[in-house]
Amino acid sequence: MQLVDDIGIRAEKDKDILLMTHIVLGYPSFAVNREVISQMVENGVDLIEMQIPFSEPMADGPMIVKANQDAIDNNVTVADCLEFAAEITVRHDIPFLFMTYYNIIFKYGEEKFLRRAQELKIKGLIVPDISPEEGKAFFALAEKYQIAVIMIFAPTSTAERMKELASYGNGFIYCVARKGVTGRATSFDEEFNSYLERCRRSTRRPLAVGFGISSKKDVDYLTGKADIAVIGTRTIKLVDAEGAAAVGPFIRGLRE
Amino acid sequence: MKNNNGYYGQWGGAFIPEVLYETFQELKQAYTSVRNDESFWQEYVELMATYSCRPTPLTHAENLSRHFNGARIFIKREDLNHTGAHKANNVMGQGLLVKKMGKKRVIAETGAGQHGVATATMAAKFGFECTIYMGEEDVMRQRPNVFWMEKLGAKVVSVTSGSKTLKDAINEAFRDWVTRMDDTHYVLGTVCGPHPFPEMVAWFQSIIGLEARQQILERFGADPARVYACVGGGSNAMGIFQGFLERENVELVGVEAGGKGLASGQHAARLATNDASPGVAQGYKTMFLQNDDGQMLDTHSVAAGLDYVGVSPILTDLWEKGRVRFAGATDDEVMAALDLTMKKEGIIPALESAHAFVQAFKEAGELNRDQAVIINMSGRGDKDIFTIAHAFNDPSWQQFIIEKGAEYATR
Ligand SMILES: Cc1ncc(COP(=O)(O)O)c(C=O)c1O
Repeated sequence: MQLVDDIGIRAEKDKDILLMTHIVLGYPSFAVNREVISQMVENGVDLIEMQIPFSEPMADGPMIVKANQDAIDNNVTVADCLEFAAEITVRHDIPFLFMTYYNIIFKYGEEKFLRRAQELKIKGLIVPDISPEEGKAFFALAEKYQIAVIMIFAPTSTAERMKELASYGNGFIYCVARKGVTGRATSFDEEFNSYLERCRRSTRRPLAVGFGISSKKDVDYLTGKADIAVIGTRTIKLVDAEGAAAVGPFIRGLRE
Repeated sequence: MKNNNGYYGQWGGAFIPEVLYETFQELKQAYTSVRNDESFWQEYVELMATYSCRPTPLTHAENLSRHFNGARIFIKREDLNHTGAHKANNVMGQGLLVKKMGKKRVIAETGAGQHGVATATMAAKFGFECTIYMGEEDVMRQRPNVFWMEKLGAKVVSVTSGSKTLKDAINEAFRDWVTRMDDTHYVLGTVCGPHPFPEMVAWFQSIIGLEARQQILERFGADPARVYACVGGGSNAMGIFQGFLERENVELVGVEAGGKGLASGQHAARLATNDASPGVAQGYKTMFLQNDDGQMLDTHSVAAGLDYVGVSPILTDLWEKGRVRFAGATDDEVMAALDLTMKKEGIIPALESAHAFVQAFKEAGELNRDQAVIINMSGRGDKDIFTIAHAFNDPSWQQFIIEKGAEYATR
C-alpha cells in the first residue's frame, strides 16, 4: 500500500486531523527512540518521520541541530538508522517516513537507498535541500520504488511554483508554516490563512503543516484547514526535559 | 565563467530549500542584468579605484628571486586592497548589487574575518544593517578582526554548532537568510555555495587576474610560467587564475591547507589528497572531506580562511580537467615561508596567502631567470598577529599580553 492510501484510510477513521511526529534517529539513543515511538503510536499518532542525522542540517533550528550533532558524536551511522527502521516498521502498523538531507542519500547511492527504503517498508521521504531543478531523476527513481517523495511548499512559494512542485513527488505536501528554521513559534494569522488557501488551490494532495506546531491550540487551529499537523521540535524538547513517558499523555492531549 | 545552469562539468548546482527559491530567482535576475550592463562594471572599477586601492601593484620580489636562484618571483598585492585582502573585491561588487535590489540588510559568514571586515565596511559605507556569522574557534583565533567588525557597526554572532568553523558559519548564515530573505542579502564570501554565487563571486574577483595579466606583460614582457594561489573556498585563486585560464602555457597551482601533514588526516586539503569524495552540502556539489556516511569531517589548518571542508565547484572542474594542479602546505612550512618573506621583502602575508608562497618557494629553483612566477598574496598578515606571535613563541609579545591582561584584570 502506498502512502496516499494509508493517509486516505486513516482520514476516514473519523479523525478531524492526522498527526505526524518527528524524531531524530539515535538521539538521545535508539532505546529512547524505541520507547518514544511506542508512546506515539499507542496514543494515536498517524505518521512518523524519522530523521537520519546529518552534520550540516541547514534547514533546522538549534534544538534539532543539537540532536543531529549529538547523534553523530555518539557514532550513530546511517546503517544503524536503517537497521532500526527495519525493526520499527515491522513492530508498528503506521506509515513511517525518512527525513534527511540529500548528501546522506547521495553518498549511500540514490537507487541503493531507495531500494533499501522499500525493503524496510518506508513509505515516504522528506529531503529539504532537493528541488525539482536538481531532483527530477531522483524523484522518478523514487516512483519506481514506490517511495513517496514529499514535496515542500513554503510561504514564499507562488501559486505557479506550487503547481509546478505538485507535479512531482507523491503522498502529501509538506507546507512549511512560516519562514525560518524548525523550532520557533508560528503565528497563525491572516497571512497564514491565505497561504494555506493558496496551497489548497494548487494541489489535490493532502496538506501537512509543520514548523512551530506545539500545542492543542495549534492543532485545533489547523483542524479543518490542513489534513496533517506536524509536531517536530516540541516532542524532542519534551523527551529531553521529562523523558519518553511524557510523550504519550502529550500526544493524547493534542486531539482530546 | 562558462557554466550550464550553474554546473561546471558535474560540479555546482543549487541545492536550496524551497523557501529560498524566489530569493534565488530574484538574485539571478539582478545578477544577470548587471552582468550584461557594461556601465555596472565601470561603476565597480571606479569604486575600487577610489574607495580601495585598485589596481593593486605587482611587486617584483627581487631578494626572494635571488635567494631561490630560479624564476623571477612577482607578488600580486591584494594585501593593499582596502581592508587588507581580496575579499573586498567581491564584497563591494555585491554591495552595488544589493543597492540595486533595494535590500537594507546584509549578512555574511567569515572564517579569517577578512570577509566579515570587508562586509562590515561595505555595510557602513552603503548604510546597510550588518550581521556576521563566525565560528567560535575562528572568533578566538582572529580576534582583531572581530574587534574591527564590531567597531564598524556590525553584529558578530559566534557560532557554536558543528566544528565551530567556516562551514558552520555558512550554515548559520543560511538559517538567518531563510528567516529574513525579504530585506536581507547574504553576501557569500567565496566561489562556493548555490548558483549563482560561484559564478558571481568569480566575476567580481576576476579583476585580480585582469590586472595581473596586464601587469606581468608590462613588467616582464611575457606570460608567467606558473601562478600560485592559496585555496580555501577558492575566490582569490579563481580571481587570479581567470587572467590566465586561456593561456595554456601558464601552469595554475592551487595550494590547500596541509595542516599537520597531508597524511595526518588533520588538514583541509580536498584536491591535493585522496581524502575527499563527491558530495552535496552547503547548497552545492563538490569534493568534500567527509566520511563514508556523508558526515563532514573536522578539518585543521593554522589559517582559519582555509579551514573548510568543501571547495569551489569551478576549481573542482578545472582540477578534474587537469587545468589546475593542487598542492598542500603544512602549518610549519607556512610559518617558515612567512618568516622568510618578512625578512627578505618587508612584506607580511596573511597565514592563508603564505600557503601559496610555500609552494612557489618549493618550485622556484626548478625554473630559470628567464621565467616568471606570480604569487597571489590574497591578504596581509596583521590579523594573524596573535597566531604568528604564538607560533614564533615570541617572548616580548608574551610579556606584553601578560601585562595587558593584568591591567584589565584589576579594573
Ligand atoms: C587573506 C585570505 N586569503 C584567502 C582566503 C581563502 O578564501 P578564498 O579561497 O576564497 O580566497 C581568505 C578567507 O578568509 C583570506 O582571508
